Amino acid sequence: MIDIGLGHYLTLGAIIFTIGIVGIFLNRKNIIVILMCIELILLAVNINLVSFSVFFNDLIGQIFALFILTVAAAEAAIGLAIIVAYYRNTGTVHVEEINSLKG
Amino acid sequence: MEHALVFLPLLGSIISGFFGRYIGDRNSEIVTSLFVTISAVLSLIIFYEVTINNYENNLVIITWINSGLLDVNWSIKVDTVSSVMLVVVCLVSSIVHIYSIGYMSHDPHKTRFMAYLSLFTFAMLMLVTSDNFLQLFFGWEGVGLCSYFLIGFWFKKDSANAAAIKAFIVNRVGDFGFALGIFLIFYVFGTVNYDEVFSQIPQSINKEISFLGMNLKVVDLICILLFIGAMGKSAQFLLHTWLPDAMEGPTPVSALIHAATMVTAGVFLVVRCSPIFEYSQIALNIICVVGMTTAFFAATVALVQNDIKKIIAYSTCSQLGYMFFAAGVGAYNVAMFHLFTHAFFKALLFLGSGSVIHSFKGEQDIRNMGGVWKKMPYTWILMIIGTLALTGFPFLSGYYSKDAIIEFAYLKGNTVGYYAVAVGIFTALLTAIYSWRLIFKTFHSNYENKKLKIETIHESSYVMLLPLTILAFGSIFTGFFFKELFIGYSSSNDFWANSIKFLSPLSAHHPPLWIVYLTPVVVVLSIPVSYYLFLKNKNITNWLVKENKPLYNFLLNKWYFDELYDYLFIRPIKTLGIFFWKIIDIQTIDRFGPDGISSLIKKLSNKAVKFQSGFIYQYAFIILLGFSAFLTYLIII
Repeated sequence: MIDIGLGHYLTLGAIIFTIGIVGIFLNRKNIIVILMCIELILLAVNINLVSFSVFFNDLIGQIFALFILTVAAAEAAIGLAIIVAYYRNTGTVHVEEINSLKG
Repeated sequence: MEHALVFLPLLGSIISGFFGRYIGDRNSEIVTSLFVTISAVLSLIIFYEVTINNYENNLVIITWINSGLLDVNWSIKVDTVSSVMLVVVCLVSSIVHIYSIGYMSHDPHKTRFMAYLSLFTFAMLMLVTSDNFLQLFFGWEGVGLCSYFLIGFWFKKDSANAAAIKAFIVNRVGDFGFALGIFLIFYVFGTVNYDEVFSQIPQSINKEISFLGMNLKVVDLICILLFIGAMGKSAQFLLHTWLPDAMEGPTPVSALIHAATMVTAGVFLVVRCSPIFEYSQIALNIICVVGMTTAFFAATVALVQNDIKKIIAYSTCSQLGYMFFAAGVGAYNVAMFHLFTHAFFKALLFLGSGSVIHSFKGEQDIRNMGGVWKKMPYTWILMIIGTLALTGFPFLSGYYSKDAIIEFAYLKGNTVGYYAVAVGIFTALLTAIYSWRLIFKTFHSNYENKKLKIETIHESSYVMLLPLTILAFGSIFTGFFFKELFIGYSSSNDFWANSIKFLSPLSAHHPPLWIVYLTPVVVVLSIPVSYYLFLKNKNITNWLVKENKPLYNFLLNKWYFDELYDYLFIRPIKTLGIFFWKIIDIQTIDRFGPDGISSLIKKLSNKAVKFQSGFIYQYAFIILLGFSAFLTYLIII
């Protein structure tokens, strides 16, 4: 039986973070996926915070994690609202077609 | 009084030019004509004062430049020479103003025309009343500018614009010499005021200066440079090409500027600078030769021209030649006298031809005229008076002045003088022939115009004929009345006082009688001869033309001067200009300068714009890359 230590948690966090990043870049389909990937990145950060909090016996980290969850929920709500508004305007949420920032 | 005389035309010009549209055409015409007429009356008063009371004055208006040695005033100098010029300028100008009311009656830009005429008068007055070379130069350029405006007055005609620019550029050639002359005067004498320069001349006649690698006497060089300026303005041989083309302007302009006043500015300059020219025999000989050549050349060309105004223009050129050779033989007073009488009869001829052109609705070719003397008897009589005076018919004004020129040339007694006499008499003959050819072709013979019916030809209005009548009186009587005053053997030195300097008094001898009688006889005889040639028996003229076709073409094309200049100057300069434009400007400066930099920026920005794909995930990726790089950097350091 392996001891599950800090390193494992951090590795998990790093893996989830990387999945989130890669998801943003490789995603060619739906903008909602980007939103989900951002949530993943936030989760990875949360995992890091919680693991360090346990490791250092400091509750502040976990309180931070709770704040981040709240903010993430709000962010997701706003993000989805923007996507809905965008969909109403343009009729699409395909990433390939959203390039009105092009110079 | 002098201030009013000089500045009233300027005031009239400003009123008509800037406020003409508010006060209306008729009011501008009245204002400008009235002001110039007042000036004319004042000029007559001043002339009277100068003649009777030996009045002389130099009114300083204001200091213009006071810098180191250079001390120049705006001033009004009144002496004999300038008072004579004042009378000529103001009188002819007022007559032309009034005449223009009639002549320009169908023109939409009357106020502009009157403003230019008045402005010209002002500039000419500044020229003749100056007491220094700088103000003279101001007036000189001012009249040149107004001449440019007025030649190009009908600016919708390409030929008028071309003629205006030609006049301006040819004058620049002369003005370059003139400006150099003024610079040299300042360099040598440290002043440009007439009196100070003239008083220093006798001490510096032996000074030498190196110019273009030659050692020349300062006096000679100054005189030659000044004379180059005079040649340009007075349309002398080699710089004459602008004058015939200047006939593109309205006819009153030709009468005022290109016959009576502006073109005589060169003669005025030589007479005014007589205290310098007297010390330079070389320059006087050059003036004499150039004057003779011009007189002869222009008369031969005038023989075969067909444009009524060009004939008179060449005639003007020829008469200016007479004035110059009078000055060249040292008879400055005779030059002034001829200038004075010439202003009357040449203005009369021009305005008369304007009357004819007006009746023919703008037709200027004498081959399309003829047989209208009964239709316009007044114009016909006035033109004949002008012609008689011009040719020097006995007891009219031209007779006294032109004969005096020939006599004084003879009295000069050197080779140049005798040569001048021969050329002068022969030119007088040519003058008579071409003048009568003009009269016979225009007024007699058969009616040749196919566009207008003869019934539509009518006499001009009184507002045009009245000024002509005044000029006609001038043409008849000025010679007789003023000969004693201007060139009389006894009284002349008193009249001219200090304004003209004679180093040695003019010879008081009388030339042999045959010289005195030859010219009038030739002139009188030429009337029946030209009557026979141009009216009775045209076969002879036609035969002459056919037999001497090359000569005829040579004269018709004005000695091929325009073509020669085109070949010598215009084409090389044009090629050079195109080289500078195409190769230097476009291919070099623009290519590497503005155009090059802008196209480089355009290329770079085309590359840069590819970064702006508009895909958020790419932006985020780049942000991440940048962030990682930043972090890496911080960690490693």
